[in-house]
Amino acid sequence: MQATATAPIIAFHHVNKIYANGTVGLKDIDFQIPRGQFLVVVGLSGAGKSTLLRTINRMHEISSGEIRIDDAPIGAYKGKALRQLRCHIGMIFQNFNLVNRASVERNVLSGLVGYYPTWKCILGLFSAADKQRAVQALKRVSLTPKIFTRADELSGGQQQRVAIARTLMQDPKIILADEPVASLDPRTTKDVMDTLQRLNREDGITVIVNLHSVALARQYADRIIGLRAGELVYDQPIDNVTTADLDRIYQTN
Amino acid sequence: MTNSTLDLPKRPWRQRYHVAAIGWTLVLGVLLVLSSLMTGANLGTFLSNIDQFLALLVQMSHPAWSYLHVILQPLYETIQMAILGTTIGAVLAVPFALLAASNLVGNRLLRGLIRFFLDLVRTLPDLLLAAIFVAVFGIGSTAGVITLAIFSFGMVSKLFYEVIETIDMGPLEALKSVGATKVTMIWYAVLPQILNQFVSYFLYTLEINVRASTVLGYLGAGGIGVYLQRSLGEFNYSATAVIILATLVVVLVIDGISNHLRRVLL
Repeated sequence: MQATATAPIIAFHHVNKIYANGTVGLKDIDFQIPRGQFLVVVGLSGAGKSTLLRTINRMHEISSGEIRIDDAPIGAYKGKALRQLRCHIGMIFQNFNLVNRASVERNVLSGLVGYYPTWKCILGLFSAADKQRAVQALKRVSLTPKIFTRADELSGGQQQRVAIARTLMQDPKIILADEPVASLDPRTTKDVMDTLQRLNREDGITVIVNLHSVALARQYADRIIGLRAGELVYDQPIDNVTTADLDRIYQTN
Repeated sequence: MTNSTLDLPKRPWRQRYHVAAIGWTLVLGVLLVLSSLMTGANLGTFLSNIDQFLALLVQMSHPAWSYLHVILQPLYETIQMAILGTTIGAVLAVPFALLAASNLVGNRLLRGLIRFFLDLVRTLPDLLLAAIFVAVFGIGSTAGVITLAIFSFGMVSKLFYEVIETIDMGPLEALKSVGATKVTMIWYAVLPQILNQFVSYFLYTLEINVRASTVLGYLGAGGIGVYLQRSLGEFNYSATAVIILATLVVVLVIDGISNHLRRVLL
């Protein structure tokens, strides 16, 4: 793991998010994430975990406050600058979000579309070097033999690994994973979590994972934060985390 | 077992006695009777003249197969008109369908304008269009092709945007998260999801257009319709039967292709 004493890669400054219907999404979130950390976010469904994650790549807009990535405020990015920001932030979803009817290769290459002009994406004109990188990315998730298979012919765990390979193509400095294992069985869960851990340790990618499982959180995290009703109610390095703490986060009042 | 032992909530009487379903059936029945009374449509008239209808059927049941070689060329022209018109209409429909889909375009005003335009196009009856274009371009298949193109555009764009609204939004979100532009998102995440339904709707429209173009021929818009009109005008019902059967064969072939493609593309 890289040194954590340097400037944080992500910083939340008094971030609030109120949805159009008045629901409070996030309430005065204020914390920092050091570079190279494996951060796990826990909390009940609807506590704001997904919202928190999606504010980092501006898939959700915040109502007030400021988010800085590498010390640059991201709130004002528009158009190309915003796409550039997203280029360097990988995202992994509960439902994998692959294009089912497309091949694994095409799905992996789609991680690159932020780096190419639109017309090249449409014609599929990816460079030979990048196609080679796609093979490498699949190798890292042990799926090279499936490269020409259609995505929907793979199992859930394999699909999630394709999604990770897609993210690898982005060469991300941050990976956001929103309940990446919620629809997987225990064995594939371990596969996917191990892969994320490897990327964190070997490549120094900052990984932020939303999890429901307290056991998994304790197993993989460097640090655990807890959300309840949009508020940051818990924030401890893994060595200080006790099961009793985590149980409290999941209490309803 | 009674409800109380299972602890089920009590159903309201409206739900218990299917009030809504029975009510709507009654309303529809009453409307049917009323509209029949008001328009003067009368089943009695149909039944009392049924012998004429049967006489016509008897004549049609002896198709004049020698007529077949006369209609092959116009039938071919009809198919060409239908393919050309459907293709032009469907290609033009794609961008409009994308702009009319509520899950792709957040701007209500733009969506509303596009949908209003599409409604307007659909409102124009194809016969009216054919009459106009025959007047503009003269008698011939050009008028037919343009009529079919506009007719297909109106129909297909609605079918297309309804398909687009049912897609899985997950891949779109993923593409957005990697920094894709709108066009790239549509190309990578929307089109693969809808392509096979597009093809099947395209073929469905083609099938409708083959039938529609027989009618359009009446107005001088080219194709087999001209011969249909002629045979009917001459009370040559055995020739009419050949035309109808030939059209049926074309429709069946398109249907077969459609089923095959859907299986392959799924």
